[in-house]
Order: sequence, then structure tokens, then C-alpha cells
Amino acid sequence: MANVASTTASAGSELTARALREAVFAGLITLGLFVLFVGLKTDQNIRNELILTQRWGLLATFIIVAMVGRFLMVAYAQPWLAQRKATKAAAAEVVKEEGFFSRNFSKIAIAALVLYPPVIVALFGVQGSLKWVDNFGIQILIYVMLAWGLNIVVGLAGLLDLGYVAFYAVGAYSYALLSSYFGLSFWVLLPVAGLLAACWGVILGFPVLRLRGDYLAIVTLAFGEIIRLVLINWTEVTKGTFGVSGIAKATLFGIKFDASKDGFAALMGLPISSAYYKIFLFYLALALCMITAFVTIRLRRMPIGRAWEALREDEIACRSLGINTVTTKLTAFATGAMFGGFAGSFFAVRQGFVSPESFVFLESAVILAIVVLGGMGSLTGIAIAAIVMIGGTEILRELTFLKMIFGPNFTPELYRMLIFGLAMVVVMVWKPRGFVGSREPTAFLHKRKAVSGSFTKEGHG
Amino acid sequence: MTFETSTMTKDPILKVEHLSMRFGGLMAINDFSFEAARGDITALIGPNGAGKTTVFNCITGFYKPTMGMITLRQRSGKEYLLERLPDFEITKQAKVARTFQNIRMFSGLTVLENLLVAQHNKLMQASGYTLLGLFGFPAYRQASKESIELARHWLEKASLIDRADDPAGDLPYGAQRRLEIARAMCTGPELLCLDEPAAGLNPRESLALNQLLQEIRRDTGTSILLIEHDMSVVMEISDHVVVLEYGQKISDGNPDFVKHDPKVIAAYLGVEDEEVEEVIEEIEEIESEQGGINP
Repeated sequence: MANVASTTASAGSELTARALREAVFAGLITLGLFVLFVGLKTDQNIRNELILTQRWGLLATFIIVAMVGRFLMVAYAQPWLAQRKATKAAAAEVVKEEGFFSRNFSKIAIAALVLYPPVIVALFGVQGSLKWVDNFGIQILIYVMLAWGLNIVVGLAGLLDLGYVAFYAVGAYSYALLSSYFGLSFWVLLPVAGLLAACWGVILGFPVLRLRGDYLAIVTLAFGEIIRLVLINWTEVTKGTFGVSGIAKATLFGIKFDASKDGFAALMGLPISSAYYKIFLFYLALALCMITAFVTIRLRRMPIGRAWEALREDEIACRSLGINTVTTKLTAFATGAMFGGFAGSFFAVRQGFVSPESFVFLESAVILAIVVLGGMGSLTGIAIAAIVMIGGTEILRELTFLKMIFGPNFTPELYRMLIFGLAMVVVMVWKPRGFVGSREPTAFLHKRKAVSGSFTKEGHG
Repeated sequence: MTFETSTMTKDPILKVEHLSMRFGGLMAINDFSFEAARGDITALIGPNGAGKTTVFNCITGFYKPTMGMITLRQRSGKEYLLERLPDFEITKQAKVARTFQNIRMFSGLTVLENLLVAQHNKLMQASGYTLLGLFGFPAYRQASKESIELARHWLEKASLIDRADDPAGDLPYGAQRRLEIARAMCTGPELLCLDEPAAGLNPRESLALNQLLQEIRRDTGTSILLIEHDMSVVMEISDHVVVLEYGQKISDGNPDFVKHDPKVIAAYLGVEDEEVEEVIEEIEEIESEQGGINP
């Protein structure tokens, strides 16, 4: 007995020693990496001279974080993971009956979203709900809609599109320009914006039909930039970088959301607040999202949706089965672009202002990241990814306690992209196929079984 | 000439005339002509690199031939010039389906979905090019049910019914071969082109394949054109064999005739350079004999 105890004790001290050793190594590497980036900083003083500021305290913080992290990882996290893996392997595989929650996940999620504004209003008051409904609710829903639209092109048809934000811009500018030049209402222009974006989808689709993979990605990237540059330089119509401002708000059956006598607040006998408009927009965004999801789910069960997925799997086999791959690709581009257009016109009506700055490449990258992170083709996974990515960056603004660790000059928003990238790397290592890696079959004979992600292909462009 | 007599079939479904295909300086197929009779199993054989798959790719539109004419005559009497149609129209209109030498499955779709994709054109029409189906019109629901029934029929024929809901990529090799044939049959073809269907199969699977092909011909009257290296398959099931070497036809006739054709034997076994003269003499001798025998 004593023998056993001593061996475990010696194993424990050995582990601690190893963890300490690795922590020192990690600290040295961090020192090497960050000594010039963080430790020294060049600044200009009042006489325009370049001076070197030394920030050893901040550098020390970085090193300590790395060392402590590595120590905890080696000493505690790794043995725990190994143990868990061993117990999991030892336990007999039990086929788990799907729980009530996972079976009705989408219904519960929709109910939660519908109840979200009233709950927030009850918790924070009408004025306090503004931030939560607008920054979190609407912002996330716009990205969900965009990502679901891009999912048709990238996730289902397997065509890598890096310029998706172009269709978002077409939708936003269609509404902004047509409403300010012709005074048309939002409800007329919403479908018009979708159709115009779909047209541009086809226009982009034609020249890139022969391209695959990397080449397709580059051309779509260029297309996104072309649209943005046109918006910047066509100043007579788009007002260039100044953007279009004073875009008309949406109305609810003709009722305006303003402070006038027949506005929404006055009619309902409520105190005047901009929160009602935001709540209305939240439900509008939710409805648009639901339409996108409904159409996508329906299309997947139709021949065109199956043809998209077949195209992702093998284009030559598609042609050998009599499928016209040209029209199939074009419909994928057009349908995806149409949802981008809807999202764009909603964006314009929500902001009341559009400028080319909202449609930079970074937006395309974020939308694509959401699709990849969520699991290509899966609506649920993509919605979760949008909440994590967009909600996460918004949350960063709220994390004031970080200032206590990194000093009062630390602004978490500036580290947004760093954390973003880090989170993506972690998720991709942990779940290489995204949050939901499996695929729901569209038809079944005996039993619906999810198709594991290892069989599906990503498409070749 | 024996060639002329043996190619004069009464009701040809496919007529290939003076087909040539050039890749840069390489003449992959040189003035190749043959006919496949309706309801027959026609085998296209030859040593590696003889140009068999190139002929297939020309027939199914994946290559545009440099020269020549490929005519497909349907049961209804309608004729299509295949060299003028784009590849997907050859399946859609001319009703020619094909499989591939290296299997091309939609591995991420289930076995059933693979067969539903094959019925794309029929379902597209039934769904009013997606618009009617999107709003749940009953015509599409009916067509969708029928398409699943057709898929079930072919899954039973290919003995894959138990695996209908598994991903196609999860099937063993032999089953994937059968699935590819079942998928091609779901397009409702008049001519089925199989590129080495027995490659990599064990003897039992090979036997099952023979039965499947014969059943297809018996039940649906589909004509079959196949490339094959496995002589047991070729000799047992084909009605008509065409032999290709270096892009040229060297023999054409029933399996027995081809099996004993010295040119074919020479092509398959190979002869020494100094023996070539000898073999040619021998061939000419036999040809003159057979000119009398063969009607």
C-alpha cells in the first residue's frame, strides 16, 4: 500500500515538475514573441521625434498569463482530459434516446426569440431594452439571415463565394436609393431589393461558371470590391463615401413609428420612445429569418436543392445524370443573393443610413466564417455560430472588468479580431466540421439517420 | 469482309461512324465505326490504353470528337446526333446513361438520395421548376412519392434496400458499383453505358452483377454497352463484342468469333516483332476461310 501511495506521489511531483518546465518554456517563447511587439513601442513626441516607450509591465502580464496558462494546461487539464477519454472508452456505448430538448430544439429556439423582447423590456425597462434588442437581437438576426443566404451558395452548392457582401450592398442601396428618389415604401422595395440582388447574383454567376475552387474565390472577391468601388465613385447617384442618409423608416400597416399625433406610441397610448421601433424591427428581422429558413428547408427537399448538394459532391456525376449544371449553379447564386438583398434592405431601414464603409471585405469574411464555423449546410449550427461570433464581439464591449487586469487604457473592442481569430482556431481544432458537422438527409425509406460529416464533401468551387 | 457482315444489324440503337478523336499529336481513336443492336449487350474490349473510355466519353458527350458521327435511335424512331448535344442533354433527351470507371457517387448523400438526384429532370417538371413545389402543390407531392417508389424498385433489384438510408460513401466497393448502375437506371435510359462495371469485384459480386445486367435487359429492354476487362463477364453475358487496339477496331462479332480471332489473341497476348509477318499471314488465311463460313 505504501508503495502504491509513494509511486502516485512521485508521479504527481513528476507531473508538476514537467508542468513547471513547460511553463518556463512557454514564458520564454512569449518573451521572444512579444518583446518587440509589446515591450517596446515607438511614439512621436511633440517635436515629431520618434521616441521609444518601454512597457515592461504589460509584457510581464503577457508572459505571466502564458506561463500560468501552460502550467494549468499541463498539470491539470491534460490529465483530466486523458482520464475522461479513458472512462469514455471503458464505458459501453449506450444508444441515447434523443432528449426532449434536442428533439424540439428549433421550436424552443423560435419561442425563445419571440419572447425575447418582452422579457428584456420587463428586465431592463423600455429605455434600457434598447441596447439588448438592437445591438444583440437585430444585429445577430441580420447576420443569421446573411449566413443562411450564403449557406445556400457555399454550404449546399459548394461554391466558395468571398464577395457575398456585394449582394448585401445591392439590397441596401436598392432600398436607400429607390426610397429616397421615388419615395416608395419599404414593403414594396423589400421584394424589389431581393430581385435586384438575385439579378446581380446571375450576372456574377455567368462569368464564373467555368471557375472552380481558389479561382472562383478570387473572382467573387473581386466582384465584391467592384460593387463597393462603384458605390464610392458613382457620386452623382450614391453620394460616394458620404453615403445616403435620412432613409425612410418602415411602417406597420401604415402606422409610423415617430413622435407625431398618429404615430405608434400615441395610438397605443404609450410614452414616446424609440424602443418600440426597435422591437418592431426585431420582429421584422425574425420574420425575414423564418422565411429564409422555411425556403431553404423546402428547397433542400426539392429537386433543385438536391441538385445543389449533388453538385457539391460531384459535378461530373451530376452532368452524367442529365442535370444542367449551368442553371443549377446560377439558381444557387441567385437564391443566395436574394436573401442577401433582403438582409441589405432591412439593414438600410434599420440604420437609416448606408455608406460603402459598411460593405468592406471584412464583412464577407465574417459571414463566411459564421457559415464555416456553424457547419456548412446546417441552419441550426449557423444560427449558433452567428450568436457566438456577433454576440461575442458585442459582449466584449461589456467586459469592463478586463480593464482591472490590463490597466485602464485597455479597450477590449480593439482586441476583438484577435479574440475572434483565436476562438475560430479553437473551434476548428475542437470541431473541424463546425458546430453541427452532420447532415440531415432530405428523404428516407426506413429511418432518418444523420449523415456524418466525414462523408460529405466541401465542394471544389 | 467480315466486318461489314457482322455490323449489319437490323435495328441499331447506336451507330458510330468514322469516329476519330485527337488529343494534340495523339490519335486516341482513328476512324472507328460500330453498331449496337437494340436490346443487345454489346461489349467493347481491348488492351489498356486502347481508347475504350475515350469512345465512351465521346458517346456520352464528355469529349467532342474530332471527326465522325454518333447516331442514337430511340424506340419511338426519334434520332439524335450525340456529337452535337451537350453532355447533360444526352442523358436528358437522348436517354443515354453512363457509369464511371472510378466510381462517382454523391458520397455525402444517402443511397436513396442518390437515386432521387438521378430523377432530377422528371421531378423538376413535376415541381413546376421549383415554384409550384415551393408552395406545396399536390402534383409535386405525388411525383415525389412516385420517385421514391422507383428508387425502391431499383434498390431491391440491386439488393441495396437495407442500406437505403446510409450515406453512399459508407457502402463497400461492390455495393457502390451496383448503386451506380441503379442510379443510372433511375434516369430511365434506353442505352446504358457501363465503364468497367466488374473492375475490383470478387467472383461472387461479379456473378451478381451479371444477373443484374441480364435482369435489366430482360425487364426493361434497355440496351447495354459495356467496357470490360473481365473476360468471364464479357463472354457470358454479351451478345456482341467489339475489340479495339490503338484506337482502331481489330475485331467485331459474337463472343465465340472474337475469342478465336488471331488478331485479338495477338493483341491480348502480344507477339514478338519477327513473328508479326507470320501472324498476319495466318490471320489472312483464317479470314479468307471465315469469309465463307460467316453469313
